[in-house]
Amino acid sequence: MSARAAPSFLSSIGQSRNIPGLMFMLPAAAFLLCFLAYPLGVGTWLGFTDTRIGRAGVFVGLENYQSLWNDSVFWLSVFNTILYTSVASVLKFALGLWLALILNENLPFKSFFRAVILLPWVVPTVLSAIAFWWIYDSQFSVISWALMKFGLINHQINFLGDSTNARASVIAANVWRGIPFVAISLLAGLQTISPSLQEAASLDGATPWQRFRYVTLPMLTPIIAVVMTFSVLFTFTDFQLIYVLTKGGPVNATHLMATLSFQRGIPGGQLGEGAAIAVAMVPFLLAAILFSFFGLQRRKWQQGGSD
Amino acid sequence: MTSQTNSAALTDDEVGMGYLSSLPRRVVTLYIPLGLFVFVLLFPFYWMAITSVKPNDQLTDYDKNSPLWVATPTLQHIKYLLFETSYPGWLLNTMIVAVASTFLALAASVFAAYAIERVKFNGSRFVGLGIFLAYLVPPSILFIPLAFIVFQLGMYDTKLALILTYPTFLIPFCTWLLMGYFRSIPYELEECALMDGASRWQILTKIVLPLAVPGLISAGIFAFTLSWNEFIYALTFIQSSENKTVPVGVLTELVRGDVFEWGSLMAGALLGSLPVVILYSFFVDYYVSSMTGAVKE
Repeated sequence: MSARAAPSFLSSIGQSRNIPGLMFMLPAAAFLLCFLAYPLGVGTWLGFTDTRIGRAGVFVGLENYQSLWNDSVFWLSVFNTILYTSVASVLKFALGLWLALILNENLPFKSFFRAVILLPWVVPTVLSAIAFWWIYDSQFSVISWALMKFGLINHQINFLGDSTNARASVIAANVWRGIPFVAISLLAGLQTISPSLQEAASLDGATPWQRFRYVTLPMLTPIIAVVMTFSVLFTFTDFQLIYVLTKGGPVNATHLMATLSFQRGIPGGQLGEGAAIAVAMVPFLLAAILFSFFGLQRRKWQQGGSD
Repeated sequence: MTSQTNSAALTDDEVGMGYLSSLPRRVVTLYIPLGLFVFVLLFPFYWMAITSVKPNDQLTDYDKNSPLWVATPTLQHIKYLLFETSYPGWLLNTMIVAVASTFLALAASVFAAYAIERVKFNGSRFVGLGIFLAYLVPPSILFIPLAFIVFQLGMYDTKLALILTYPTFLIPFCTWLLMGYFRSIPYELEECALMDGASRWQILTKIVLPLAVPGLISAGIFAFTLSWNEFIYALTFIQSSENKTVPVGVLTELVRGDVFEWGSLMAGALLGSLPVVILYSFFVDYYVSSMTGAVKE
């Protein structure tokens, strides 16, 4: 190696940790500060103003939040969001775990199944939601047709026109899209559990249910916590599916906070009120994140403090 | 450990205790549920595909023709889509936006992940945590203030607005993923290079990056898919038809009034999904590893 005469300024920079570190961080930091942290601040500020599209607003204090407090549509959207998130998450978890357990068995064409099952998650949500829109058509639904063919019903199901049906339909579409993510992530977790643990439990006389309940499930809880936090987070802030399938209807029965925020903010032009609704989602998101942290903490002792 | 190797030797290549359950039992507990899952998960795609090649007169006539099959497939919907709508333009827009934002996000993430994971400057742990928290900020609470900012910057209704805003959800994800990959590269390699007089930049480009290629592919295809599928920003920031992306264009321009042209809608949905599905089919393992890797970290 060719020796330098004296440590130049540049090489002394190269040896320190902080300056190159900060220079490497610069591009990402610039993006995240300009288009993530700054908008978060702007959003919070907008929530306290009466800004409309094309007109700068003035500070109005808590007026937006007061009007939301007395707004039955807003509370309906909160109720819908919680209902949608909890029902869809429970179903996604149960079905996803079931699918993961199936895929964890010895199956022929296992990698083929694993690949095919992820498809709903890969395809753009809006485009698969359009397919569901057609499947849920009030006159030409293929589900109605099939059920009528089997003689189970004698009239078309009004999937998206009736509030209960519409709620069930959007939840079903969300579950359809969410199962692959839960299943494949949990499958990755299942594969880290050593088969010798199962064998040991089985030699001790554990039934399959006991092996699942006392061996598999406790080993899996850390990953379940993380996967379900993500799942809850994405379901809670879901926008695309509702926007395509019902646009919040019928009579606001499927309006989520995200869709209400969009409707008030962009087509309605009330940026301030829309931002206030978005800010109102934050406490729920924080709760989900805290849940994730507690899930992650459990991980250390469960894996013997190795990871 | 010896017992494990013994049992493995006894049961050939079978892992676990699958050999304990009989075939009929496996059919009921495994194959039938798996079949149902696969059927339900794939049926919408089949329905999309079959609808997009059905002639209009068979589309809603379930009495004479079974809706599940098409006797005389037609390409009229796809032809209509490609030659009489702005669909090819939307495809091109989506491609430009997805490639550009993926590239930007990957470049920024490689540096950030390397800095956090290997340079370990003061406060790098804190920054790493911040990146993870940024990953949890959903677009649906950011789109209103971002629309406000995009408008103020004069980027409203341009592709640039999307190219610059998509990295906000791509960078946290890619950085988080690449941090995991960089962690798996032995420190000794870097130390050797450092002793041979390599600069940080040389270490990154000549040693770390070549070893992290699988991570780069995972992050790249995942970021591409995420930006291809993005909807709410594109819906909010883009107004004119010629700048729309596929998801927005199909939904806002192909749906006109009360007459739904289901054939061309389904063809549009199918064609718009094809690029990510093709990419996915080539890189399934990278895809799965990026998805599970980000969750497991």
